[in-house]
Amino acid sequence: MPQSESLSEPLPEPAALPGSALHIRPVAAADLPVVIALDHAHTGVAKPEYWYGLYERLAQSARPRFFLVAEEGGVLRGFIIGEVRAWEFGSEPCGWIFAIGVDAAARVGGIGSRLFAAVCACFKRAGVTKVRTMLRRDASLLMSFFRSQGMMAGPFLQLEMDIDDAARANPAGSGRP
Amino acid sequence: MKLQKATRFGLYAVLELASDPTRHLTAADIAQTYGISTNHLAKVLGVLSRAGLVAGVRGASGGYRFAANPRRVTLLDIIALFEDLGSGPAARGDPSPNTEIGDALQAVLTEIDDIAQATLRAVTLTTLIALMRRRQRTTGRTVARASDPLAVGS
Repeated sequence: MPQSESLSEPLPEPAALPGSALHIRPVAAADLPVVIALDHAHTGVAKPEYWYGLYERLAQSARPRFFLVAEEGGVLRGFIIGEVRAWEFGSEPCGWIFAIGVDAAARVGGIGSRLFAAVCACFKRAGVTKVRTMLRRDASLLMSFFRSQGMMAGPFLQLEMDIDDAARANPAGSGRP
Repeated sequence: MKLQKATRFGLYAVLELASDPTRHLTAADIAQTYGISTNHLAKVLGVLSRAGLVAGVRGASGGYRFAANPRRVTLLDIIALFEDLGSGPAARGDPSPNTEIGDALQAVLTEIDDIAQATLRAVTLTTLIALMRRRQRTTGRTVARASDPLAVGS
């Protein structure tokens, strides 16, 4: 939420959604155009090759991976993707959520929470008890969402630098370790 | 991030009132709960009232009630009412950037501030109150409120 918004501005009511119950199910190839459109709306970048490639890799992966969509009245309202990964960065096996998106017109209706709960249930069935994600520090809306689900800062910190700076910081390549 | 007394009082008051929006509390009620100055808290409540976060209620059972949307208001929104978040490290008395060491130290301190602000910006009142209730359920008890629980070194 941008800080400039009024503090007492009421939340919009959830959009009137067609149909009745929200249905969470695994993604199908026919869902990808909507997923791509949702992602485009959120990120401003259309990347169909990425999404079709991801779909193919998920389908062929031996790892426990979950690409779920939320559908209501025949309309796809959101998606979430998670995967169980082990030992990268010294992390014990845990579920990683690496993408989530909800139709902006259907926000504040609990769809993101339902998707989050569904992917956590998948992780639990896969035998892990911890869920993690990583997001941009300035992604306030997403950060607020994950915190509203009960997530808090974990024991890992993400670090980065420009590679040119690395060369300047360590010109002889003699850094330790 | 070091919080001024007014900021801490503002957080206590808003969270206390937002935890039960139907309830009216006086400045004295809240001050007694947290062991803080009623006079100072009354001034803080004035700031919160002008920001639209709380509203005064007249009458015998008067006082203040929560008046905003707890799912939209973040901890940073409250803190920003009392702290100058736009000031640089030098204005806060952090190392001068006019030396190489000061400049490098400022870079690290600014990184810490950025992370703190991102965290506070992401925690809504609803999220914090849910965290409080979850912790109560986990421990199976209500934590006794200490005097000015966020005060450092007191």
